[in-house]
Amino acid sequence: MKIIINNLHFTYPTGLEALKGISLTINPGEQVAIVGQNGAGKTTLVRHFNGLLKPTSGAISIGEWETTKYSTAKLASRVGYVFQNPDEQLFSRDVLAEVSFGPRNLGYEKSKADELVKRAMALTELNDKAETNPYDLSPTWRKMVALASIIAMDTPIIIFDEPTTGQDAVNVARIANVIAELKREGRTVVTITHDIDFCAENFERIIALAKGQVLLDGLARDVLGQGEILAQTYVEPPQLTRLGKRLGLKETITKQDQFLNAIARD
Amino acid sequence: MAFVILKDLAYQYPSSTGLVLENISLQIQEGEFVSIIGPNGAGKSTLCYALAGFVPHFFKGEISGEVEVDGRKSSESTLDEWALNVGLAFQNPFNQISGAKYTVFEEIAFGLENIGVPRDEMKKRVEDAMSLTGISDLADRSPYSLSGGQQQRVALTSILVMRPRLLVLDEPTSQMDPVGTREVFGVVRKMAEEGMTVVMVEHKVEWIANFADRVIALKDGQILIEGKPNEVLTSDLLIENGFGISRYTSAAREARKRGLWKKEKLPVTLDEAVEGFKS
Ligand SMILES: Nc1ncnc2c1ncn2[C@@H]1O[C@H](COP(=O)(O)OP(=O)(O)OP(=O)(O)O)[C@@H](O)[C@H]1O
Ligand SMILES: Nc1ncnc2c1ncn2[C@@H]1O[C@H](COP(=O)(O)OP(=O)(O)OP(=O)(O)O)[C@@H](O)[C@H]1O
Ligand SMILES: [Mg+2]
Ligand SMILES: [Mg+2]
Repeated sequence: MKIIINNLHFTYPTGLEALKGISLTINPGEQVAIVGQNGAGKTTLVRHFNGLLKPTSGAISIGEWETTKYSTAKLASRVGYVFQNPDEQLFSRDVLAEVSFGPRNLGYEKSKADELVKRAMALTELNDKAETNPYDLSPTWRKMVALASIIAMDTPIIIFDEPTTGQDAVNVARIANVIAELKREGRTVVTITHDIDFCAENFERIIALAKGQVLLDGLARDVLGQGEILAQTYVEPPQLTRLGKRLGLKETITKQDQFLNAIARD
Repeated sequence: MAFVILKDLAYQYPSSTGLVLENISLQIQEGEFVSIIGPNGAGKSTLCYALAGFVPHFFKGEISGEVEVDGRKSSESTLDEWALNVGLAFQNPFNQISGAKYTVFEEIAFGLENIGVPRDEMKKRVEDAMSLTGISDLADRSPYSLSGGQQQRVALTSILVMRPRLLVLDEPTSQMDPVGTREVFGVVRKMAEEGMTVVMVEHKVEWIANFADRVIALKDGQILIEGKPNEVLTSDLLIENGFGISRYTSAAREARKRGLWKKEKLPVTLDEAVEGFKS
């Protein structure tokens, strides 16, 4: 299911213009990372995908649906959105109830819903926490619950807003694994992240936003190689990209294997 | 004498089944910048709460051992007295906004107002603190209409402005962009140089290595290893225990197996990596 954004502008009721003409196409099954400085408009942009916000001008459509013509409830069957702050999203008394809410609400048959919940709980390794109240979990595990509850909705498009913040190495690997699995299933994954190393290792396409506009958009390798332009939106290239540059390697390094092969050749 | 002394600290929350902190003994000098690392659930936030007096005063539960700051014991102080010396920025910045104020400026001034700082001095301190964290342009905005990283900057600024003698920061850059992150480390370094004692929980190993004096690695409520950043952050113990390491360390470890890294010491900063791979 394609996402088409055409000259999207958005102004908050306070008068602040957060998006200043964004045009983008995201193809079905693409894995896209969105990066950019605090306040660049990343969260504002993705909140348009599921209709939480409606364009001030311009348009966005999810498949053939233009978001202004469909309710958020309806759009939820196409776009799942994991909030930046999980506490805005969680309200059930235990983890299992939380993860089950979405699929029930979308009206899946019970057997199908149960299966989706089971799979989401397994993918995020939450089974031992099924009966815990989300508010007794640390913020990092609450984020994982938020993730699971969106995955369980089985939407063709999934958006993660800063999924790795505060997660340890094991959980970051778990999230990378979830994204890889969603990719195998042919889903579109759009992830906002400040973790540029994570970005380099897990995404093919990177969009850099700056002050409500698209600054760069392209293959990870091409975008990450442009340190000077990225600096305009307060992003630094990944550690290995910077190292490769300092060592004078010709190609833009994004992954460890690539780095090792390059220095072996040098 | 050390400014912060933890003696055999052990703690469990009222609802937890076992100890969340165990056997923690630690001394921190005045003006030292100490970073705490550890996997999720290691007890990092709980240790922050213990330093800030919330454990046990707010969370209750069972505590043994001592927390001492500037020669005073937390067990013998009230939370209000303790807060005059110790400031804590919570892990989740979204919960830190007071809800009592209409603008970012007032939000940051709130704490100073409460302790009766005169208007002129207050204004100057708030402005200085806001410029340190790069949010001067947000002064008149509502604290509720901010992006995630902007909210985190406001939360951090409202602690910095109090100039606590012990500053405790629980993942203060989790929502920040990369340049902002590096700037926060720089600001904290500067505060430490001016005599503030800082304990900062962080996952961003590269910047810890560049800015902190000492690293404490926590695992299952206990200190696994502590010492100079480049020693702790390159130790095999960390990898064996599921800690995150820098990409430089990880690449050099792999390179060493292939004979492409010849130095004995592994790198944790960019400069160390460049130097090692060049030789
Ligand atoms: N509810 C709101 N009302 C008014 N302005 C807002 C609101 N939410 C965000 N803004 C402003 O809109 C701009 C874009 O914010 P947004 O949350 O989209 O940024 P972001 O790129 O997600 O940043 P971060 O990395 O800090 O999360 C910022 O200047 C922010 O202050
Ligand atoms: N209020 C509470 N009541 C009961 N148990 C708690 C409470 N807060 C934390 N815990 C438990 O104490 C342990 C340590 O938690 P803590 O939040 O200190 O870890 P952390 O290292 O900060 O983890 P994270 O990286 O996820 O923030 C965990 O097992 C956690 O579940
Ligand atoms: Mg955001
Ligand atoms: Mg914590």
